[in-house]
Amino acid sequence: MAIRITLNGAARDLPASLNFEQLLEELALNGKRLAIERNGEIVPRSAFGDSRVADGDRIEVVIAVGGG
Amino acid sequence: MDKLVVAGKSYSSRLLVGTGKYRDFDETRRAIEASGAEIVTVAIRRTNIGQNANEPSLLEVLPPSKYTILPNTAGCYTAQDAVRTLRLARELLDGHALVKLEVLGDAESLYPNMPETLAAATTLVAEGFQVMAYCSDDPIMARQLEELGCVAVMPLASLIGSGMGILNPWNLQIIIDRVRVPVLVDAGIGTASDAAIAMELGCDGVLMNTAIAKAKEPVRMARAMKLAVEAGREAFLAGRMAKKPYEASASSPTSGLIQKSA
Repeated sequence: MAIRITLNGAARDLPASLNFEQLLEELALNGKRLAIERNGEIVPRSAFGDSRVADGDRIEVVIAVGGG
Repeated sequence: MDKLVVAGKSYSSRLLVGTGKYRDFDETRRAIEASGAEIVTVAIRRTNIGQNANEPSLLEVLPPSKYTILPNTAGCYTAQDAVRTLRLARELLDGHALVKLEVLGDAESLYPNMPETLAAATTLVAEGFQVMAYCSDDPIMARQLEELGCVAVMPLASLIGSGMGILNPWNLQIIIDRVRVPVLVDAGIGTASDAAIAMELGCDGVLMNTAIAKAKEPVRMARAMKLAVEAGREAFLAGRMAKKPYEASASSPTSGLIQKSA
């Protein structure tokens, strides 16, 4: 069943309730050094395979960038 | 050897550098190499979804195996946002605990909001973070940050990115004298003499970004800053001569002058 999440502040439709590994693949971000927050809570990398995004989730995907 | 010790780990370089505002990653890498810095700050930001999938990332250019990565909370205006950002940073950096906390008060001055900074530091210390805190040059604030468990305090020399140098050396001196954790000047350094003066005052280190990145030749300025921090530290350790405003003292012998009659 298709779901709608908020990804980095923008609405995004997904074909199904993917796990986080599948989500990263869908976003062409797999293998990147990044961190994920779901509804204000950290999703540990070790849980990417088990944890699934649900309809209405607010997901943040962050990386390190240049800064002072 | 004279080392900077932060949270039990020692570093040969007392210069910490930011990684923002460079032209590209190649310039970032060359400037940071020239600076000799071992601790480099990074910001945590949303990744671009669906763009530049094959672009190198900052941490490929500055690998955590080579540098101590210091994630910051730049752009955070509340304790809650700062804590959230650093929890993400810790996950991103495989459990790395050393962080730079900065909670800003307003977008014009980028002056730190100290009540929010203290609140965030309290939470972060309780969660096991090693907090290096950007702060105002108020000695009482610096002491409170130390008391609640910060591993370093980092008072501003002047406003972030202003390049105005050290506006209140007397406050910095009080902080250096009264705080036992390392004191690093963070923000406001404009050129090499500013960094040297900070070190001569007895600061344990200096953190800068714009002074290097926005110099006409960033790599060259990075080298200048490395030398300035080393020179300032050496001068501090050597102990400067006393200032004698009303008393000249010749360095050459006053006897044996040829024009003196026998």
